[in-house]
Amino acid sequence: MSIIKIKDVIYEYLKRNEQGEVEESVQAVNGVTIDIEQGEFVAILGHNGSGKSTLAKHLNAILKPTSGTIYVKEMDTKDDSHLLDIRQTTGMVFQNPDNQIIGTVVEEDVAFGPENLGVPTKEIWERVLKSLESVNMTAYREHSPNKLSGGQKQRIAIAGVVAMEPECIVLDEPTAMLDPIGRKDVIEAVHELNREKKITIILITHNMNEVIDADKVYVMDHGKVVLKGSPREIFREVETMKSYGLEVPASTELAYQLKKAGVNIRTDILTKEELVEQLCQLN
Amino acid sequence: MSIKLENVNYFYSQGTAYEKQALKDINLEIKKGEFVGIAGHTGSGKSTLIQHLNGLEKATSGTITYDGQDIYKKDFDLDSLRRKVGLTFQYPEYQLFEATVFEDVCFGPKNQGFSEEEVKERAREALQLVGFPEELYDKSPFQLSGGQKRRVAIAGVLAMNPEYLILDEPAAGLDPIGRTEILDQIKKLHDEKGIAVILVSHSMEDLAHYVDRLIVMNHGEKVFDDTPKNVFAHYKELEWIGLSAPEVTYIMNELKEKGFPVRTDIIHMEEATKEILRVLKKGGERQ
Repeated sequence: MSIIKIKDVIYEYLKRNEQGEVEESVQAVNGVTIDIEQGEFVAILGHNGSGKSTLAKHLNAILKPTSGTIYVKEMDTKDDSHLLDIRQTTGMVFQNPDNQIIGTVVEEDVAFGPENLGVPTKEIWERVLKSLESVNMTAYREHSPNKLSGGQKQRIAIAGVVAMEPECIVLDEPTAMLDPIGRKDVIEAVHELNREKKITIILITHNMNEVIDADKVYVMDHGKVVLKGSPREIFREVETMKSYGLEVPASTELAYQLKKAGVNIRTDILTKEELVEQLCQLN
Repeated sequence: MSIKLENVNYFYSQGTAYEKQALKDINLEIKKGEFVGIAGHTGSGKSTLIQHLNGLEKATSGTITYDGQDIYKKDFDLDSLRRKVGLTFQYPEYQLFEATVFEDVCFGPKNQGFSEEEVKERAREALQLVGFPEELYDKSPFQLSGGQKRRVAIAGVLAMNPEYLILDEPAAGLDPIGRTEILDQIKKLHDEKGIAVILVSHSMEDLAHYVDRLIVMNHGEKVFDDTPKNVFAHYKELEWIGLSAPEVTYIMNELKEKGFPVRTDIIHMEEATKEILRVLKKGGERQ
């Protein structure tokens, strides 16, 4: 069953000059149709300005399409009477962890969401504990968020969303400001939520390493979906990916370069294990 | 001509319960014209280290000299040191504040007391050096893309004519195109203007690609200081301290382990391709 249906969505905004006159209209999202199944791990890949973040903001009705329709569990995001239900179904995590933390103690911060939903106190604390556990941050329950690293803060932000028990979480470049260890921890936590709690994940990123384990990848460029498929299917299109300003994993790139130099090797390679196995057969 | 650190130690909040040693007995010399990388996980002391290089932080003990002059001596001109050793922090775009790009870049030299003509001349030159398009000089910095804002921030430092340029993760958060553009531009500055560059980065690929010398920090100590090739040969030790080597280095090591006789001291994609081809060709001749 599909949890989110994006149908022919166009989002247009007007660019104004300093006098406030309309200079041009820009289609940040230009005719996108995507069906996201319940429980899927979907990645949306694209360079800065490709329209991926604008699209993401449509998924919990922060933005509404200029034309086309978005259904979150059959609810049309243009219908304001569904707004609360939509936002409870789809939680959002943004790029900068410092902008998303409001509590002075970790557990208070995570409790903020369910508290606002009117969840009974006893249940709030159960949810806080479970959410912190799901991102491996239980040990920091009583810490001040200020003293945490970027990756830890981002996991607290995710726990805050998890505590609202959404069916789907949209993460808009959640690792862009983190160091390699923070990145790995956040991506692992997100995969675990997907596996263990069956939460649908939509990960927006321009980092190819983060989409290797996704079920499906959509590549965006100029507001359009230009490639879609499994990570293996999209990364083998090395030249195409580069033309969209994106990279491919090192093993895929190396296989591609060897093939170009005349070596008889598969090009749909994703990991170093696969590459090594292929090469050892050749030698 | 160099910045030299001898037995430098630095403690945070000394004498309190939060006392922490952020730099431990650092000895190093960075010469004019070098291109040096600094790696280390968050909290390893690398940011504290770079803030010592232009006197923003004062060492608890040890000496730092600039061209042989002790920077902690009373009569040493710290202002001129900060002009000669330019520093851009992470996300430097947050530090832009003037109404236009051009005015923002003028801010530094204006404060140095140059004539209006000279200030403009320096700003123009600095913006050209970072490849910033002239038609955008009068735009507000807030109308620019992330990569463009970074360039303006770097130009603001270059307008002071520094001999050393320290960049704390200049490519953080940029997409692959933005990253390559900004790093290529920095490399050009180094190659053509002879400015010494000290690049702090989390990306081992970028460090392998751009720097000539790589310093690795861990728990406030300098643990490696060598060519990238020699440092990445220690990829296992790097992992113990939360770092890694470029992915191609791992591929070559794994190949070798599985009996595919390649060299393992490889840190670039092109080198790796050539080396694998060499081995495959040799194997072909043997058969």
